[in-house]
Amino acid sequence: MEKLITAYTYIGEGKVFANKRLIFYQEKIATFAEFIKALYKQEQIAYPKFYKMDSLSKLGFMCAELLLRYENPGIFKPGSLAVVLANSSSSLDTDLLHQESIRNRSAYFPSPSVFVYTLANIVIGEICIRHGLKGENAFLVSEKFNPSTLKDYVSEILDNHRAEACICGWVEILGNNFKAVMALVENESTATWINGFKPMPFTEASLNEIIKVN
Amino acid sequence: MKAVYAISENIISALGFTASGNAEALLSGKTGIRIHHDEKLSSNKLAISLVDTQEMERKFELILKQNKKEQQPSFFTRLEKLLILSVSDAIQNLPVRPDNKKVILVLSTTKGNIDLLEDRFTAKFDHKRVYLWALASVVKDFFGFANTPLIISNACISGVMALIAASRLLRSGKYETAVVAGGDIATEFVISGFQSFQALSPEPCKPFDLSRKGLSLGEGCGTIVLSTNPGDGKTEHILVMGGSVSNDANHISGPSRTGEELSMAINKSLEDSGIEYTAVDFINAHGTATPFNDEMEAKAVSLSKMDKVPLNSFKGYWGHTLGASGLMESAAIIQSMKLNRVFSSAGLEVSGFPGMINVVSETIFKPVNTCLKTASGFGGCNAALVFQKT
Repeated sequence: MEKLITAYTYIGEGKVFANKRLIFYQEKIATFAEFIKALYKQEQIAYPKFYKMDSLSKLGFMCAELLLRYENPGIFKPGSLAVVLANSSSSLDTDLLHQESIRNRSAYFPSPSVFVYTLANIVIGEICIRHGLKGENAFLVSEKFNPSTLKDYVSEILDNHRAEACICGWVEILGNNFKAVMALVENESTATWINGFKPMPFTEASLNEIIKVN
Repeated sequence: MKAVYAISENIISALGFTASGNAEALLSGKTGIRIHHDEKLSSNKLAISLVDTQEMERKFELILKQNKKEQQPSFFTRLEKLLILSVSDAIQNLPVRPDNKKVILVLSTTKGNIDLLEDRFTAKFDHKRVYLWALASVVKDFFGFANTPLIISNACISGVMALIAASRLLRSGKYETAVVAGGDIATEFVISGFQSFQALSPEPCKPFDLSRKGLSLGEGCGTIVLSTNPGDGKTEHILVMGGSVSNDANHISGPSRTGEELSMAINKSLEDSGIEYTAVDFINAHGTATPFNDEMEAKAVSLSKMDKVPLNSFKGYWGHTLGASGLMESAAIIQSMKLNRVFSSAGLEVSGFPGMINVVSETIFKPVNTCLKTASGFGGCNAALVFQKT
């Protein structure tokens, strides 16, 4: 079955693109925390839980938020939109915070609200909670962005009708180095997209193209 | 649906270094969970299941010699040693070599070499080894796998998800053999985190028991080799059937209140396998022994109408081994099917869920042909997978 990328979002190098359109830009990024907060404010999102999230979840949350904002997620039933994400450093960004909190036995302060984020797939959990997604989900790890693995995993889900559509992407952050890209992938026969967006075939070449957008 | 066979399996835990050795311990009702006091892990006493380090080192030196490796044992981290031992045992009679293009290594872990963040290791190991792909590379290079490993890190369902992902890859025809390995070790990192959640039981955990007080952590590895080729000369085969993954979309660290989403994964895995729930001989649940997890699972199993199906948890034998648990427990399910025994659910005295689930208090002797494995984890994820014997 042919599949199409019917929307995508990119966050990286201070730029945010939604379907090829630049919607946010910061020339000089002081910290990730400031960058993502400014983006959250500009987009006028009201979701207090956002402030409790770790950096990986904030990054993934914003990327999915912008992706689905342009696609009306209401058209998908809870079990019918899958989420398959990947990155290189797993939850290392928060792992370092937790490790720092237990470094010294005389100043020992491990916190459950940090520890819970020391799992890479929590970002998927946050996206699922926000959008009510109950279907297939998976978090994969590879040294570099690996379009072939993502394509195989997502294609199998759609080919076997485990979901009607899938959010497929890369969410990487360590310190102030970050990049996120998410694509909405649908079977061609049932795909819809917004006016003016030209859907792309769901291929390794397309995935390589959208991770380099800017 | 193209058939996927489980052709060999290994379990490394406090109870032994092979799948059959672990199964013997399970049959005799032994538990690997003991009260330990190890300052490197915690300043408190812990009920935890730890692999015998001396035995591990002895076996690892042998493996280095057998494989004519020039590296010293000290080149490898604890988890790398355990994973290499586990894979090595599982692939010893493999009809194809790891460097065959049709073979893939699938690795499941939650925290990998996370102990390397501790000060005592930073000078000894390259900091890169803390990345999960670097851990996978060490295992890949040791055996000479040709393909880049697929790495799954999806909290406590990682192991079951790795089996689901591998069987899907084999069915798609891209590979013919998948060596699916999972491992996680006991670290101060993980122990301190679960302590901060107040999730640890002061005594060995008691899954599904009325007086359960929380989980016991453990460490270990499990490997299952999947193949589209059943191998020659066997009279019975274990098939990996359908699997499904779902999300609660409710809370990142608390399970669903209704169990509906795990039930959905269970129903889809049965549907995917073309099997009626009435055909399931036993369910091996996640059963962490935390009050809310076990309750959610009982609700889910009950919703899927399997309240009378014998159900057990293996957490009472070797604790919760995180990313390894799905593989170790599935390997024990395969042993169950080979031996036609349903192992008792260690730690059970009085069921906390009469009428909702049928927890196995004594080992059952009966033909075991169809089994359901479930797992649930932080991030609201659930997985279910069906095994069948032919």
